[in-house]
Amino acid sequence: MLLWLVYILVLGGVFFLFIAAIGVARMPDLYNRMHATSKAGTLGVGLILLAVAVFYQELSVAARALSALAFIILTAPVAAHALGRAAYLAGVKPCEETYMDELAGHYRANHRLESVEKKSPESHP
Amino acid sequence: MSFLEAMLLALMLTLPFAIYRLVRGPSLPDRVVGLDLITSVAVALAALYALLSGQTAFLDVAIALALFAFLATLGLARYIEHRAHGGD
Repeated sequence: MLLWLVYILVLGGVFFLFIAAIGVARMPDLYNRMHATSKAGTLGVGLILLAVAVFYQELSVAARALSALAFIILTAPVAAHALGRAAYLAGVKPCEETYMDELAGHYRANHRLESVEKKSPESHP
Repeated sequence: MSFLEAMLLALMLTLPFAIYRLVRGPSLPDRVVGLDLITSVAVALAALYALLSGQTAFLDVAIALALFAFLATLGLARYIEHRAHGGD
């Protein structure tokens, strides 16, 4: 009975990792590709780690699997944000169909957000 | 072939998509995204092999790989931003 739960979790994990891989190959620009990897990829790995925790039902294994899961859930958004910001500042363009770029014109050449500098002018002399 | 072995094989079939993005680019952040997905799949492969083989030590491999992937992505992002800034 519990084995079926493990199988369903593994199947879901592999499915979402497959979606992430197809998205990374077929999406039109970098930001869409990051959308695919950072969300679907994290969910896929997380489901497989959850399957390991359910399968063994030991405290030591579950602690390791769940700590790996927590680590991945905490770090994936940070890594995606750092990479997206770096790519935006490096001048990677969104695809042609993009109709809104809310950051356009807000970043100065020194990589500081203009709105942040206006609020605290003395912090960045 | 058991179900878990088939899942291992299906997981390996995701790698060509990521390698395609790693080779094709076109920009450096695109390659980093491909590399990030490859390490994600490697973490999943390690965890799945921990299920398949009964060796729970592979979970430690998964944890170490996840740590390494995070640091690699952060380092590469810092490098890309630094390079865009003009390298000062």
